[in-house]
Amino acid sequence: MGYPHEPHSKETVVLSRYFGDKSARSYDGWVERGGYKALKKTLDMDPAAVIDVVKESGLRGRGGAGFPTGVKWSFMPKEKNKPHYLCCNADESEPGTFKDREIMRWTPHAMIEGCAIAQHAIQAEVTYIYIRGEFTEELAIVEQALREAYSDGVLGDDAMGSGKKLDMYIHRGAGAYICGEETALMNSIEGKRGNPRIKPPFPAAFGVFGMPTTINNVETLAVVPHIINEGAEWHNSMCLSNPKSVGTKLFSVCGHVVKPGNYEVTMGFSLGELINDLAGGMREGRTLKACIPGGSSVPILNKEETENCILDYEGCIEQGTMLGSGGVIVFDDSADMVYQIMLLARFYAHESCAQCTQCREGTAWTTRILERMLAGKGKTEDLDLLLDLADQMTGKTICVLSDSCAAPVVSGIKKFRDEFEAYINGSREPVLVHG
Amino acid sequence: MFEGAVRKQLDEVLKKYPTKQAALLPALWMVQQNKGWIPDEAMSETAEVLDVTSAYVKGVVTFYTMYHQHPVGENFVQVCTTSPCNLCGAEDVVSALLEATGCAALGETSPDGKFTVIEVECLGACGFATPILVNDDFIEDVTPKKVPEIVGKYRDGKA
Amino acid sequence: MAEDQVTLKIEGVDVTVPRGTTVLEAAKRAGILIPHYCYHPGLPVSGVCRMCLVTVEGAPGLQIACATDATDGQVVSVFDSAASDARQAVLEFLLINHPLDCPICDQAGECELQDYVFQEGRARTRYSDYPKRFSPVEDFGGDVLYVPNRCILCTRCIRFMDHVAEESVLNVSERGDRAFIGIHPDAVLDHPWAGNVIDLCPVGSLISKDFLHKAYAWQLDRTPGICTGCSQGCNITIETRDNSIARLRPRTNEDVNRYFMCDHGRFEYRWMNSGDRIEAPLVAGANGLVATDWSQAIARCAEIVKGVSGKAVALVSPRASCESLYLVHQLLKDFELLSACPVEVVEGEQPLPGVPNLALRSERAPNVEGAARLGHGAEYDKALEAVKDAALVFVLDDGYSQFGDDALSGSENLIYLGTSLPDAARNSSVVFPMSNAAEEDGTYVNRDGRVQRYMQAKTAPGMARPAWWITGALLSEIRGTDAPATAGEVFDRMAASESAFAGLSYETLGTQGAFANKASGAGVGCDS
Ligand SMILES: Cc1cc2nc3c(=O)[nH]c(=O)nc-3n(C[C@H](O)[C@H](O)[C@H](O)COP(=O)(O)O)c2cc1C
Ligand code: SF4
Ligand code: SF4
Ligand code: SF4
Ligand code: FES
Ligand code: FES
Repeated sequence: MGYPHEPHSKETVVLSRYFGDKSARSYDGWVERGGYKALKKTLDMDPAAVIDVVKESGLRGRGGAGFPTGVKWSFMPKEKNKPHYLCCNADESEPGTFKDREIMRWTPHAMIEGCAIAQHAIQAEVTYIYIRGEFTEELAIVEQALREAYSDGVLGDDAMGSGKKLDMYIHRGAGAYICGEETALMNSIEGKRGNPRIKPPFPAAFGVFGMPTTINNVETLAVVPHIINEGAEWHNSMCLSNPKSVGTKLFSVCGHVVKPGNYEVTMGFSLGELINDLAGGMREGRTLKACIPGGSSVPILNKEETENCILDYEGCIEQGTMLGSGGVIVFDDSADMVYQIMLLARFYAHESCAQCTQCREGTAWTTRILERMLAGKGKTEDLDLLLDLADQMTGKTICVLSDSCAAPVVSGIKKFRDEFEAYINGSREPVLVHG
Repeated sequence: MFEGAVRKQLDEVLKKYPTKQAALLPALWMVQQNKGWIPDEAMSETAEVLDVTSAYVKGVVTFYTMYHQHPVGENFVQVCTTSPCNLCGAEDVVSALLEATGCAALGETSPDGKFTVIEVECLGACGFATPILVNDDFIEDVTPKKVPEIVGKYRDGKA
Repeated sequence: MAEDQVTLKIEGVDVTVPRGTTVLEAAKRAGILIPHYCYHPGLPVSGVCRMCLVTVEGAPGLQIACATDATDGQVVSVFDSAASDARQAVLEFLLINHPLDCPICDQAGECELQDYVFQEGRARTRYSDYPKRFSPVEDFGGDVLYVPNRCILCTRCIRFMDHVAEESVLNVSERGDRAFIGIHPDAVLDHPWAGNVIDLCPVGSLISKDFLHKAYAWQLDRTPGICTGCSQGCNITIETRDNSIARLRPRTNEDVNRYFMCDHGRFEYRWMNSGDRIEAPLVAGANGLVATDWSQAIARCAEIVKGVSGKAVALVSPRASCESLYLVHQLLKDFELLSACPVEVVEGEQPLPGVPNLALRSERAPNVEGAARLGHGAEYDKALEAVKDAALVFVLDDGYSQFGDDALSGSENLIYLGTSLPDAARNSSVVFPMSNAAEEDGTYVNRDGRVQRYMQAKTAPGMARPAWWITGALLSEIRGTDAPATAGEVFDRMAASESAFAGLSYETLGTQGAFANKASGAGVGCDS
């Protein structure tokens, strides 16, 4: 299968095998495809042993930060004297990223099984699946899958006959990108504004409802059943480049490519190949100009960097960017980088939770400078000002939303300075910017 | 507001959480489902059933952009215009939607009361540009050409 | 080094603090003020303003001092270029939408935004040519106005209402730079302790309607006082302009009121400004009361006191200082004395939930406990009743007790010390003009037995003098003892003779008060 395209021969399909296959959605369909074997197996294991397998597998978080998943789980208290929680982060709102949505849309039980395994490993009685409010279709699908999981005995007071209690609830978001940040997500579950919390305390000590909590991304969790089934070694050996980055990764490719969509490749795959082969390359007569490889929050690459970039955590850093969430935004030579960067800044200004001074004011000010520049009223000193603001917005706030706004601005000015200057010196026609 | 079936629904939701306050987002969704938006009085009622204050509820309502603080048209259309969709022509989709619905401007309700169109940030479907949400229906790959037909369906209530 | 202490270096200064102290608090102890907005010692830490960024050696990037624990061996620098630049930037960001209307702002002179802008040397405002946000002033109810344009969203006001008053009537509404402090149309900011948000607001965004346009900070004189509103004894600062009290504000006392005072107490200055005052001593003559000088009045009064014996009644105010209450007793000790003090009791306390043992108390006077310890009873009605049979009636009143017009009419020898002259006192033999609580030094004992000093904040009108001075002069005239020159002298005499004050001295009471030595606390209960 494949959705919206047939899988490409260079893909390694693990998570995306059943994308487009509606019959994989149901409990029966999932079981037919080997589903819930892994959970059954795990429920007979010691939680610590499950964590060891995940540690050995080399799995790192797919939500953006790339933190080793097994290690994260091991931070949870071993002695259990209060409730533990798992939060499944299905808030997917980072511009350029649309992979978790496909996992939920086609294989909701993969996510549920992964959650259940993690829940057992960290001794959590409840998982909250935090789904962004706009994902109406996925919400309905996951709701249905959960009903099945309960009625078929996977979840509930006696999960798969193990005598263990596993509960799983959906918490629906309501329009706030910041709720994807793990501590904001916990606040949102608690019925609060989605404000990120200052750390420490860390979630494993003081998480949702003040209890030990682990937060993982949908993709991270969905791959766990495969690791249990196939073994840590199987996962650890899927690697094309750096041994610290293993397994497969879903890359969402969008923007100026012929075949946008999700592509699953082994870690260490080439970004150039992903764009040009798998995603069909540029449209007729167009050439590649730039790419943001890890969702809108990471620095922009120019053409050369894009073509040289290896898609794993280390390879991206080598090119001065990050793997992030794996949302690949492609810009061809028709793209107006100043306009695009303004749109990104506007996104962050819209989404800033308003707590930190630099973020609340800086994202809005940055947007205004860029809007004015586009309107032909930019000043020479504006570029230095933008860089200075970006510097003050980086590494100084509660969460990295502020940094995320700065990243495309700084890399954009560095790599496409002439486009900014063209607006400032009038050699480029002003564009109408509506707020 | 929280009576009969809705109260029952809320009681079910409350079972999922160790605190009452945690049921606030779901409770607000119920309000919006029933009233189409979230009036101040409904915030007070929600506050009362969840043992929080109305000011607290208002702070939360205004944080989340999907909660309507004002009444909206019968069909609420949200169009993504963030960078990836913009690259794929989202601005033209917006224009087409305004024209087809008869809305004078973004955020304004059409004279027939049937539509309100707003721009929103990334809908998490950037590979299916341009996605729009009409009420609870998520529609992918919308182009200006497809707009009149989509709008027509909702206008006639056939969607 | 004790296990529970850590030693760190801040700007080159070594400082040792208990484990768990924040870098910001540790710096305070080293005499270094790390600029901050959202942090307030009386509120939970929020870490949002990012003003307190400092460099901590070995830590990645800058850290917020208000939420970073001091650790052993830590090296912190506050004024290095990275931290200074970050603060400059925060200021610049805060000034984006700030109107900079200091000349007309009520907060001018005590605004932490203005202070830091000056302190950091220059106010960068590269936010030129963009329209500033403008939102109209909003009435939050109670005494509080909200000026959104000046708000820096530090959330102190919200944290106070949420976590200290525990009545969440304020919120942050919206997000990004559209955010503001909101309130629901159903709600008003009328919690009995709500006025504290005005003091907590570091800028002029929450302002007092009562204080509006009365004065600028630099025009005010400040004197430490004790609130006279109830028996809690909150520590306050009396702020005066042109010998008139402009407002009362809480003064920090961790053991009594922390950083707060209630709204009832805040308005307990109005009576102190009252213009209806006795300005000279009066003695009864053929045609009623006539003004005279101090020596004549004292001599006349001494003559009366010496000339009678038997029953005496003293009616004293629970707002009178311990010093005057003590001397009243000394003065009348040879009589068969019935002494009482009227206490207004309002049912129900109004606690501030976030602070233990802090409430607007039912007994609405500051020195109920002091009066009791000094032997002034609570049976006021009985004492009033006894007036007609008494050989001498001595009234120490500050206009607080409401006498019926003929309550004192039966008394032959009526000595009246007061701030104003009610009809009931028209038949006095001698009337002494006394100062009110804002016009004298003295001490009060709060309901928990804490003895606290208050100081003179304004001059008394005309010839009015502190009640302890008047009674001291009378004693001197009658017994030939030295007349006390200061409240401190009276206090120390009282401490020497009254077990309830044993072991205390006026000097060591300081600004935070003290409990009487428990070991010597025989007699009247002072070990509560
Ligand atoms: C502003 C912001 C937005 C984020 N949004 C998401 C998101 O939508 N989905 C997600 O999985 N992680 C998101 N993250 C990352 C989470 O905080 C967290 O690291 C992640 O969910 C952990 O899961 P993982 O270890 O499986 O990657 C976001 C982080 C930030 C700072
Ligand atoms: S950086 Fe921005 S989004 Fe993150 S906590 Fe601060 S204000 Fe909120
Ligand atoms: S009103 Fe004052 S205290 Fe409240 S958030 Fe604004 S600046 Fe802070
Ligand atoms: S609690 Fe009592 S002492 Fe404290 S401010 Fe209020 S009235 Fe004054
Ligand atoms: S940018 Fe439009 S859906 Fe992501
Ligand atoms: S005072 Fe530390 S962040 Fe505000």
